[in-house]
Amino acid sequence: MRREEGRPPVIEPGHTFATVTDKIAAVVLAQKTSRGWWLGFGLSFLLLLLFLYAVGFLFLRGTGIWGVNVPVAWGFAIVNFVWWIGIGHAGTLISAILLLLRQPWRTSINRFAEAMTLFAVACAGLYPILHLGRPWLFYWLFPYPNTMGLWPQFRSPLVWDVFAVSTYATVSFLFWYVGLLPDLATIRDRSRGPVRARIYGVLAMGWRGSAAHWQRYETAYLLLAGLSTPLVVSVHTVVSFDFAVGLVPGWHATIFPPYFVAGAIFSGFAMVLTLAIPLRAAYGLEDFVTMRHLDAMARVMLATGLVVAYGYGSEIFTAWYGGNIYEEAMVSNRFFGPYAPVYWALLACNVVAPQALWFARVRASVPALFVLALVVNVGMWLERFVIVVTSLHRDFLPSSWGMYVPTFWDWATFVGSIGLFLSLLFLFIRFLPMISMFEMRALLPEAEVRETAG
Amino acid sequence: MNERPPLYGLLAEFGDPTELVAAVRRAREAGYTRLDAFTPFPVEGLAEELGCERSRLPLLVFAGAVLGAAVGYGLQYWTSVVAYPWNVGGRPFHSWPAFVPVTFELTVLFAALFAVLGMLALNGLPRPYHPVFRVPRFALATRDRFFLLVEAADPLFHPEETRRFLERLVPRTVSEVEP
Repeated sequence: MRREEGRPPVIEPGHTFATVTDKIAAVVLAQKTSRGWWLGFGLSFLLLLLFLYAVGFLFLRGTGIWGVNVPVAWGFAIVNFVWWIGIGHAGTLISAILLLLRQPWRTSINRFAEAMTLFAVACAGLYPILHLGRPWLFYWLFPYPNTMGLWPQFRSPLVWDVFAVSTYATVSFLFWYVGLLPDLATIRDRSRGPVRARIYGVLAMGWRGSAAHWQRYETAYLLLAGLSTPLVVSVHTVVSFDFAVGLVPGWHATIFPPYFVAGAIFSGFAMVLTLAIPLRAAYGLEDFVTMRHLDAMARVMLATGLVVAYGYGSEIFTAWYGGNIYEEAMVSNRFFGPYAPVYWALLACNVVAPQALWFARVRASVPALFVLALVVNVGMWLERFVIVVTSLHRDFLPSSWGMYVPTFWDWATFVGSIGLFLSLLFLFIRFLPMISMFEMRALLPEAEVRETAG
Repeated sequence: MNERPPLYGLLAEFGDPTELVAAVRRAREAGYTRLDAFTPFPVEGLAEELGCERSRLPLLVFAGAVLGAAVGYGLQYWTSVVAYPWNVGGRPFHSWPAFVPVTFELTVLFAALFAVLGMLALNGLPRPYHPVFRVPRFALATRDRFFLLVEAADPLFHPEETRRFLERLVPRTVSEVEP
């Protein structure tokens, strides 16, 4: 990667190949697990148990335990699905698009952002399945030869979703694993104790850093980045089609695909900040995840937040300019209807609050960034709630209007899935290097081959 | 002399990529051909110095993409037109715009699988054992050291002369690699 003139460094000075490696590997190689890790993992695991309890009860009783009913047949399950999958997008964006754009600051954050993607997609993928009346028959969505001679309906965006999300999960996993391969070899070579060395050895597949291997490796990694870039855009576009192809007022907007993609990146970067800020403090990684990283992420958040705000504006404008009374009714229902507080809260979180990021002083303040990231996470969840619920609860006929009230089980599944996400994340930071060591080494000044005379 | 050489090769250890690249250049100039270098991160231009050919991986990935597109579109065409034609709101059976998203996703999926599995296959991975792993210092190849391996299979290889040649390159250590 090119070195940049006159910009703050992406690694604090004074590091060598060995110190970079040892510092990142230390978290994985430590014999004793810190008390903070146990506390965090324990709390997350409790939430995960709540999730399992809620899902078990769902399997027992059916979706009737949730607040969903006609007319609001898509409740928390779809809200959470869109929210989680959106969060995943920043990981792929950081690792793929910023790699193609040769942004060296991606290196310190791409590994755990990719892990975040994987775990968020895992949470997301569960919801549409749980939302099926008979979740154990989810494989009917895949095209497989069956005795009934039935095939999926390929004209349905819901089937597109199956392909988009499963491809996204697979490609994210491949990208993450390929990125991990050389680092797994490092852990293998630095582990004491034969069991650990053997486990990491199997995972590293015999990687030994041969020059010919590196050449193919870099080609494969670059190609994967190139493939993931349109993929990440397509996934949230397809998710937006779930709505936009329907004729429901509030869903049927052509702005949906780009505005959903921007929203995904917005919430994804908010989640990366939410995770990166405590992690760098807990593990003393301020040398690698510097203020420059936080500043860059805050800028991306501001930019995508503005695109999202444009999306809201466009929806309102189209409803007015299009002169469609149902669209107009939908907008006034969002402004003044029974769910109006949610809508105003969403505007406050996603449009008003991020404007603080225009100020360099706010971007330089870690606590302020953390709070803003949390606010954006909440705001993006509210956005999906507004899209799903307020559009469904009043459609064309007043006789078919209704309200949606989430039940305890709705909340339990939602909060529980955060537990699933955090549990996986805690396991990840304990057992795998959370920053890409080989790419960090390549960023150091001495990694460059100097031309010597003769 | 038909008996198996007692060594797999000689391994020289260097402290930074510049020294390694210079050593590779000298070894190539001396006429060695069966060389390999091991580094803790990709070093620009090193594979070219070693005389590695450009990889065929991009071609393989392209083939994967074409296959994925064909499978994706073919699957949808066959199920929607041949196997299970179903009239949805009077849309044609072959309603190609609706088939674009799934075709695209499968194109990416196949290309990505070909990229990763192809990379592993061309690299000969997974390979649980390789002679260089026997050298204790080789564990540093994934941390901060740079290694040059001259294989015993090289026509110019001679246990003592090659060692002397390598020592002239001022490496930190020269180790024998047992097969």
